Amino acid sequence: MKKTNIIILIGIAALIVGLLVFSVDFSTYDTIGSAKNKKGKFVHLIAKLDKSQPITYDPINNPNYLSFYAIDSLGEKTKVVYHNSKPGDLEKSERIVLKGKMENDYFDCKDILLKCPSKYKDDKKVLEKNMKDQTASN
Amino acid sequence: MIKFEGEHLLPGQIGHFFVILALIASLISLISFFQASRSNQIEDKKSWLNFARISFGIQAISILIIFSTIFYICYNHYYEYMYAYKHASKELETKFLLACIWEGQEGSFLLWSIWHAILGLTILSIKKEEYKVTWQAPVLTIISMAQFCLMLMILGIYFFDVRIGNSPFTLTRNEIPAPIFSQPNYLTFLKDGMGLNVLLRNYWMVIHPPILFLGFASTLVPFAFAYAGIQTQKFGDWIKPVLPWALFSACVLGVGIMMGGKWAYESLSFGGYWAWDPVENASLVPWLILIAGLHTMLIYNATGHSLRASYLFAILTFIFILYSTFLTRTGVLGDTSVHAFTEAGKAINIMIGLFVLVFAIPMLTLFLINYKKIPTIIKEEETNSREFWMFMGSLILFISSLFIIIITSIPVYSKTPFLKDLIFKIHNGPLAMPEDAEFIYNKVMIMVAIFLGLVTAVTQYLKYKSTPLQYVKSNILKTIVVAGVLTTLIFIFYPFTFQKHGIGFLIAIYIAFFFSFYSVIANAMYIPLVLKNNFKSAGASLSHIGFSLMIAGMLISSSNKQVISDSKVNGINLPMSKDPMTKKQEDPTENLTLIRQVPTRMGEYEVTYLNDSSGHEKGRHFYHLQFLRKEDSLTREKFVLSPDVYQMKDNNMSSNPDIKTYLTRDIFTYISFAINEERNTDTAQFKTIEIGEGDTGYYRNGYYILNKVEKNPSDCKFAYNPKSIALMADITFYSKDSMRYKATPLIEADSFGINNYDDTLFAQNLFVKFAGVSDNHKIKLGIKESDSLIDFVTVKAYVFPYIILVWIGLIIMAFGILLSVIKRAKINNNLAAIILTFITAGLIYMFIFAN
Repeated sequence: MKKTNIIILIGIAALIVGLLVFSVDFSTYDTIGSAKNKKGKFVHLIAKLDKSQPITYDPINNPNYLSFYAIDSLGEKTKVVYHNSKPGDLEKSERIVLKGKMENDYFDCKDILLKCPSKYKDDKKVLEKNMKDQTASN
Repeated sequence: MIKFEGEHLLPGQIGHFFVILALIASLISLISFFQASRSNQIEDKKSWLNFARISFGIQAISILIIFSTIFYICYNHYYEYMYAYKHASKELETKFLLACIWEGQEGSFLLWSIWHAILGLTILSIKKEEYKVTWQAPVLTIISMAQFCLMLMILGIYFFDVRIGNSPFTLTRNEIPAPIFSQPNYLTFLKDGMGLNVLLRNYWMVIHPPILFLGFASTLVPFAFAYAGIQTQKFGDWIKPVLPWALFSACVLGVGIMMGGKWAYESLSFGGYWAWDPVENASLVPWLILIAGLHTMLIYNATGHSLRASYLFAILTFIFILYSTFLTRTGVLGDTSVHAFTEAGKAINIMIGLFVLVFAIPMLTLFLINYKKIPTIIKEEETNSREFWMFMGSLILFISSLFIIIITSIPVYSKTPFLKDLIFKIHNGPLAMPEDAEFIYNKVMIMVAIFLGLVTAVTQYLKYKSTPLQYVKSNILKTIVVAGVLTTLIFIFYPFTFQKHGIGFLIAIYIAFFFSFYSVIANAMYIPLVLKNNFKSAGASLSHIGFSLMIAGMLISSSNKQVISDSKVNGINLPMSKDPMTKKQEDPTENLTLIRQVPTRMGEYEVTYLNDSSGHEKGRHFYHLQFLRKEDSLTREKFVLSPDVYQMKDNNMSSNPDIKTYLTRDIFTYISFAINEERNTDTAQFKTIEIGEGDTGYYRNGYYILNKVEKNPSDCKFAYNPKSIALMADITFYSKDSMRYKATPLIEADSFGINNYDDTLFAQNLFVKFAGVSDNHKIKLGIKESDSLIDFVTVKAYVFPYIILVWIGLIIMAFGILLSVIKRAKINNNLAAIILTFITAGLIYMFIFAN
């Protein structure tokens, strides 16, 4: 067999793999409203913790059940259920990315990414706030 | 204009001066190295070269001074400087001061340029005639250009309204608009800096960035040599001198990547060393291309084939280093990474993007223009030749690297003009990773692992040009029989149990394991069979053994990873752990709550949360968990793991795992939830009763007996001498579930008065106080029963079997590559022995013992 032929074969194999991979249902970033229109589909929600609603987490009875409410920039709300432990700084997060599926009356969350203020040291606003807190406490 | 008090402005001025000096010196050396490389007259060339060397030297010294200045500022906590304020803090241990320098964007670029400078100086110091006449000028042209770009990044000069780069010497008061800066004595209020991110407070963070950046910096050398090949129009001559450099780069970058993995394993709570995170992928991709290039260079060296591919791979390696920097440093990945990305200013986005273009486009254009001139052999390789299969291996490495980077770049597509519109049209929104992102990588990479295992096992037994059939048969047969028998035994006695992705994937794991193991055996047998135990030439075999062992270790440790904190494993599937919404038990139930002093079953261990303690640093809390394994009521194994939770000043939390390492497995645990410092306040009251020795009392959950009252006890808890005045009550509590608990409250009188040492039975929510002594040999005992004081932690715990193979494999690979560097660079034996011993000892210590 010629080298060129084999390279072509490998190329075709790579192409098939590529097609297979991209035929996977890629997820999208959604608002709560648009996610409600595609129930059961895996989406990424960008939202905030709704601080007016309680967070339910009782680790002594069940450390694998957390529920809270999320609100997005358009003001839409949803209940979120997460079968895992409560991320330590959930309450302090400024923004959360929720990965999961919208069900009938709640969002079934598989993974939570928190965006916390202090992680962005290069953000001027954070620095300002930190400076204010620090000098006020003196 | 306010006159500020107590500022130390001199170091900043010195630093800034040297940044400018380094910038100018690198520009001069760029121009003069370029002139030297173009000049045909020997005298003219020599004078340009001398000039260039001096300016490169000045540039190198300036960079070292800049670095020392930043270190000085951080070390002395000069918070008038933004860099110290942002990254340093007073409680920080000295060893982490270096880490806080590379936490920042500017510091890491500086580290990078230090390595460029050192590599450049090393190339300049090579005495070989060939280097002096041909290679130094063009290679250093490229290095100087990179230095110029990096210095621009840390310059921080305004060009009209846009600030070019970020200077590490800016002043806090110029950066943050806050009212206190209107006071001349503002520094007296600025008592502490923001400090280093706690995730980075780990010794790996001190050692891993320098190694990784040396890896990044060293990929510039093959790129520069490729340029030199085109510039000098001696198209094939650069391969021989570049080989040791490419090998060196492969070794350092490979070790650097795995150090990152070990850091993640030891200090991040994502439960493993690899998560296909963009930051990890970004350094893996150039490494894969580099390895591909390394093999095509070897092919060219032996046969004259694959020169064009060598050019392409050498160029792409560095381009992908730049692209990776762009991906991970500019915040373009936004929401997809667990790593704390900095949202740097727009200027830095444009800058890094610009450098990608400055290096990538001209070099690729140069390559294409000269493509036809690069010599190639028309006759194709035989399929039974070594070079053919080496090339196939390179091709697979290259394709797999493209695959990884295409998937990693998914968030970028939705930000690219035109492509963005198309994506929005199809998906109605920005594209995101699918549900099981890791599996997308794993299912493709397992195929790659199978193929690589096969080619690394067989190819060495083939000869260049063409191989006699008899030779192949006998050697390959021998190795495949040995490997086949051994792997079958492993599969029988230690089957894989990974079910998550179905039987097909499990079979793929078995096949991949067989081929990686086969590769280990075949390469190990190559040393006696073919090399006749000549270890100096065994570099390639050893690195292949290491690489395949690493893959085998990854396959075992991931597919037989056990979640021992999974409550289903423990058989305590409580009804209330059902989801009130869906009424079904769902994955993942990886968390388990441990109540203080109550032993809980976890896999084969009985785990007890003993107590907690605070660390040196404020806000750091260690939770001590005792793991006990019993067999026939004999204790077989007992150890304490102390994972910690770090409550930062800004109230963010970070959870750091603790690991018990054995040869056969690691037990890995971390705190997934812990209650805050401010515990619920307790409203219950002490109830005092009188009780004598041997008497019985009752409490809500059972009864207790006062065994005895001991005078001046001296045991493991208390140490009193006979002259003290202390009494300890020895009480046993019998709860309804027939558990026994011992309490030993104590009362003591000294010159200051009376002290009570209460005892707590967290498991029973009981507080026991020795309140005093009454008449007729009775004592007063205070008992408090509380509702709200359950002390607990929620943990996740995993067992990673044979994960040590991953680290051992890496060390063998690094050793093998180093051996090849030594052979190719013709380093003399004594020096070689010293280098090998020190580096290997260092790696063994870091990866296996230092924990």
